[in-house]
Amino acid sequence: MLSEFSTGKLAGTTHACIGQEADAAGIFSITEPEDVVFSNHRCHGHFLAYGGEPYRLAAELMGRATGLVGGRGGSQHIHWRNFYSNGIQGGIVPVAVGMALAEKVHATGRIALVFIGDGTLGEGTLYESLNMAALWKLPILFVLEDNGYAQTTPVGRNMAGTMSGRFTAFAIPVWERDTTDVLDIQSMTRETVHAVRSGAGPASLILHTYRFSAHSKGDDLRSPDELARIRKFDPLIVHGARLTTKECTKAESEISAIINDAFTRASADPFPVLSSEH
Amino acid sequence: MITVLDRLNYALHHALETDERVYILGEDILDPYGGAFKVSRGLSTKFPERVLTTPISEAAIVGLATGMALRGLRPVAEIMFGDFVTLIADQLVNHASKFRWMYEEQVRVPMVVRTPMGGRRGYGPTHSQSLEKMFLGIPGLKVVAPNALGDPAELLATAIADDDPVLFVEHKLLYTCPLLEPGKGELIDLQVEHAGGDYPTFTLRSTERARLTIACYGYNFELARAAALHLLMEHEIFVEILLFSILSPFGIQPLFSSLARTRKLLTVEEGTLSLGWGAEVTTLAVEKVDGLQVRRVAALDFPIANAKSLEDAILPSMQDVVKAALELVGR
Repeated sequence: MLSEFSTGKLAGTTHACIGQEADAAGIFSITEPEDVVFSNHRCHGHFLAYGGEPYRLAAELMGRATGLVGGRGGSQHIHWRNFYSNGIQGGIVPVAVGMALAEKVHATGRIALVFIGDGTLGEGTLYESLNMAALWKLPILFVLEDNGYAQTTPVGRNMAGTMSGRFTAFAIPVWERDTTDVLDIQSMTRETVHAVRSGAGPASLILHTYRFSAHSKGDDLRSPDELARIRKFDPLIVHGARLTTKECTKAESEISAIINDAFTRASADPFPVLSSEH
Repeated sequence: MITVLDRLNYALHHALETDERVYILGEDILDPYGGAFKVSRGLSTKFPERVLTTPISEAAIVGLATGMALRGLRPVAEIMFGDFVTLIADQLVNHASKFRWMYEEQVRVPMVVRTPMGGRRGYGPTHSQSLEKMFLGIPGLKVVAPNALGDPAELLATAIADDDPVLFVEHKLLYTCPLLEPGKGELIDLQVEHAGGDYPTFTLRSTERARLTIACYGYNFELARAAALHLLMEHEIFVEILLFSILSPFGIQPLFSSLARTRKLLTVEEGTLSLGWGAEVTTLAVEKVDGLQVRRVAALDFPIANAKSLEDAILPSMQDVVKAALELVGR
């Protein structure tokens, strides 16, 4: 997909989660289909793991009328069923907390999840939201995907203190692991989701991970050495080791077929036309 | 005597009574305090589960309200001073106002953010401003302002029933103003026309031919009325007053009807003069009405000072309105 921006098939920008796939795959293997999800600029993996249709996402990325939101949102502003995303750091967090409040008062048994990154830790709105979620014991899971970089700036240049300390300051329990193993993430998620769904209030899941691609398209200042070093944490390699070669090949060819079909179908779809009514 | 405050307070009580989706959030809104300006008085006693006092976290208050609205509730958030809307700008501009359109009409954000604006109480530079101009012209966000003529309770009920986010701007001095009734008291000699549906625009006319039209909203209707009376008594000049309840987006047809008669437009607002509401209203009018003459009366482009002598000099006065009106009619 990243290569298609230079060919002109895709326009604008996007934020790939290559290297971080295990987070979404592990988390959404545990959550319920009706749980409410607020994702961020790096939302494609979350959306697909949530159960979203690749074709509708492809159409949205290609600016087609058949896209998830008819081409109005594009890569980082999508919505489908109980999945929402927006491209503003920090600002999505209180919205997700409000959603958790609504689910609580409606007694739906659903929980809310909100995805933030290490870069989001710089935003003040996050701390207002953590405080209110904890104060009102709201059913929300804060998922912090720490890929080590806020755009091009490493965590060490951005952040004082600790990541877990930001949650424990509000008495929000923390599950934290340096892992790209989908089964590891799955088992941690099971515990955190159980805690949130039990009504104890919010919880946080801190996943230290790696982003192999640039922040968006071309903004990567990391050395080839560093990129090579982190490649060994590729979740596909980590989990792939548990599969036979035949199983791996089969999965990869199935996925390639789905993705190719999604983009091929979407590329035949019409572009949206502006209506003066809306 | 029924005041604007009474009616706003009634509207919140009534909304909580009649719609269990309604929640009220804000700072210091619980009884016995009932909010800094007492608009939320009595609510928490009657509806303790649905009146939520919050930390001093304006962005999160409005963010939470947005999330609640997306998931089926009808929150009303109170921002203690209108000056603090700068803290909620991201939530209104990049979140609440965006979702409906950005998600291709698949969601609604039925949320009201109420806040007191305005000066003349000596609160100084950061507690006296009229910052609503910063939120005009944002697609997906309505900006509404009550006044003493249209029933503020009905206006607030309309905002709460609205499926889109509404910034509801209440001038502080309006709270103690008594409600006016067409055909009675101060308005006995005036004809009051009503247009524009849910968020009405009122046209106040007399039987004599008017020489100019004064457009205003909110508390500045009080200023405009006082100026109109002065112009009549001292100069025998009749004016028409156009009173808007919605500032953005707004229908301008009633104004055109008036301008067709007077061809002179004076706007009155308490926000700073430059790039404000009056600039937009006069531009729209000039684009459509041949030979139109316009003037704007607004606050000077200064921060609002604390000392009364300075505050009075900075904010628009009845005398400023009279002076601009006389200029317009060539006196």
